Amino acid sequence: MAEKVTVEEVQRVAELAHLQLAPEEVPRMRKDLNAILDYVAELNELDTAGVAPLAQVSELGDFSSELRADVLVPSLDRAEVMRAAPESDGRFFKVPKVIER
Amino acid sequence: MAPLASGARTAEALTERPTPLAALRQEIAGRRTKASDLASEYYARIERKNPQLNAFLSLTKERALAQAARIDALAARGDPLPVLAGIPIAVKDVLVMQGAPSTAGSKILQGYRPPYDATVVKRLEAAGAVLLGKTNCDEFAMGSSNENSAYGPVRNPADTERVPGGSSGGSAAAVAANLAVAALGTDTGGSIRQPASFCGVVGVLPTYGRVSRYGLIAFASSLDRIGPFAGNVRDAATVLGVIGGHDPCDATSVRAPVEDYAAASDKPAEGLRIGVPAEYFAEGLDPEVRAAVERGIGALKEAGCILKPVHLPHTKYAVPAYYLIATAEASANLARFDGVRYGYRSPRSETLAGMYSHSRDEGFGAEVKRRILLGTYALSAGYYDAYYRKAQQVRRILAEEFLRAFAEVDALVTPTSPVPAFRLGEKTDDPVSMYLADIYTVTASLAGICGVSVPCGATPAGLPVGMQVLAMHLRESTAFRVARAVEAAGV
Repeated sequence: MAEKVTVEEVQRVAELAHLQLAPEEVPRMRKDLNAILDYVAELNELDTAGVAPLAQVSELGDFSSELRADVLVPSLDRAEVMRAAPESDGRFFKVPKVIER
Repeated sequence: MAPLASGARTAEALTERPTPLAALRQEIAGRRTKASDLASEYYARIERKNPQLNAFLSLTKERALAQAARIDALAARGDPLPVLAGIPIAVKDVLVMQGAPSTAGSKILQGYRPPYDATVVKRLEAAGAVLLGKTNCDEFAMGSSNENSAYGPVRNPADTERVPGGSSGGSAAAVAANLAVAALGTDTGGSIRQPASFCGVVGVLPTYGRVSRYGLIAFASSLDRIGPFAGNVRDAATVLGVIGGHDPCDATSVRAPVEDYAAASDKPAEGLRIGVPAEYFAEGLDPEVRAAVERGIGALKEAGCILKPVHLPHTKYAVPAYYLIATAEASANLARFDGVRYGYRSPRSETLAGMYSHSRDEGFGAEVKRRILLGTYALSAGYYDAYYRKAQQVRRILAEEFLRAFAEVDALVTPTSPVPAFRLGEKTDDPVSMYLADIYTVTASLAGICGVSVPCGATPAGLPVGMQVLAMHLRESTAFRVARAVEAAGV
């Protein structure tokens, strides 16, 4: 079976996903991704022309929900939310500097 | 004090059936047992057995004992007690409780103390439940064996060399060892039903939207569900009746009224039409599991059910479709773990991009990374149609196949898992073989229908076997009736 995913592709996808894979992780991930993609290729046996994709089961029937009214309601307490952050000044999340000048 | 466990057991036995919750509630209402003493007894048992099982990751003792004291005060005044008054219940660690550790089995959320309660947590406590603590699980509920937890695997109380199933392995093991009377789990592709079958307890997959997901750390939002584990069908039905119902905080929660599932489960199954899908009894099914499930089917016939063979020919496409959809959704949901708002931030955070990628690489385990990569790949330009869209089309074919079957039958019965609990380490090197552990459970996940895994005997070596009962959207009552008939037969 041809290897679908190359080392470069693993690195590209990792970058898209904001994952800094250690060099020793790459070969294993490549092997596993290829094994999984070989397996899911079974789906190609099925002719799905004209079948509408199903993203959410509420599309199937009459048990779907409805949206709530768009009104302001109290939300979580800001101070409590900020307490869970790795770095915060109590009002904002702090992150490394984004813009160099 | 009333005996808390029925049946004669040796002191060493890890498995122990909890007393039915209605009986415990009577004890508390009649002031023969104090909720506080019951909670302390459970904590003592957790202290004794948890080191062998690793079912609990953290305990919420202060909150539990305060709740138990409230229940005791109600009982002392002779006030009417709510339905779960004083009942000790465990909560899977992917569900948030205000101020309590909520790790989702991941290092990336170590130390996180959420600022709010999940809706299910609020509903359990409003019904009088005493929430003992948080149970171990596969990291972000990704796994079928509980071996993907950053905090070590859970062991199966029936055989500690074997896995409890996953991802809700801690919840299943806690109930199987009577470390809780009931527990909450979550099920995205089988994560309640499969561990229930491996550990010999009842596990419920409610209809998608029946139970609010508010406060559930998301894995795959179109598939994730919260449901109960319990030692018997009626208790599981009682807990579902408490946690079910519409919630404005979850736009996918349905408005259909919550039925009295416990009362429904008391109705005989006689006359129900039960479909037996041939595809769930084909190659790959362990002969000992097959024998046990066939005995269960025999019991349903004895109980007056009408058995019908049915065909679900697309079943074999469910696992590949599921893994593409679930990983695609996971790759989006897990983007939020970036070291900014909560959880782990890498010390190697000189730049913003470096902070994201180092925090995620150091915080996530291998299986989570594997699934994020697969999902990102399936959604990426050039592959979206071939993988993600294709899987969604197959999802519709599979869902419609179930809907056609439910025009002919009231419920379907199948094995919950093709094999009994496997050994620790047996499948960890081969992700595809691990994914195939979900072969009988993922189709119902994709279709949004409901189901119950009910204990259905054991293999000759004594490993529990589960029967999966599936029913149409919002027909939980039917699934409970069928499960109850299997339970009553004592297969």
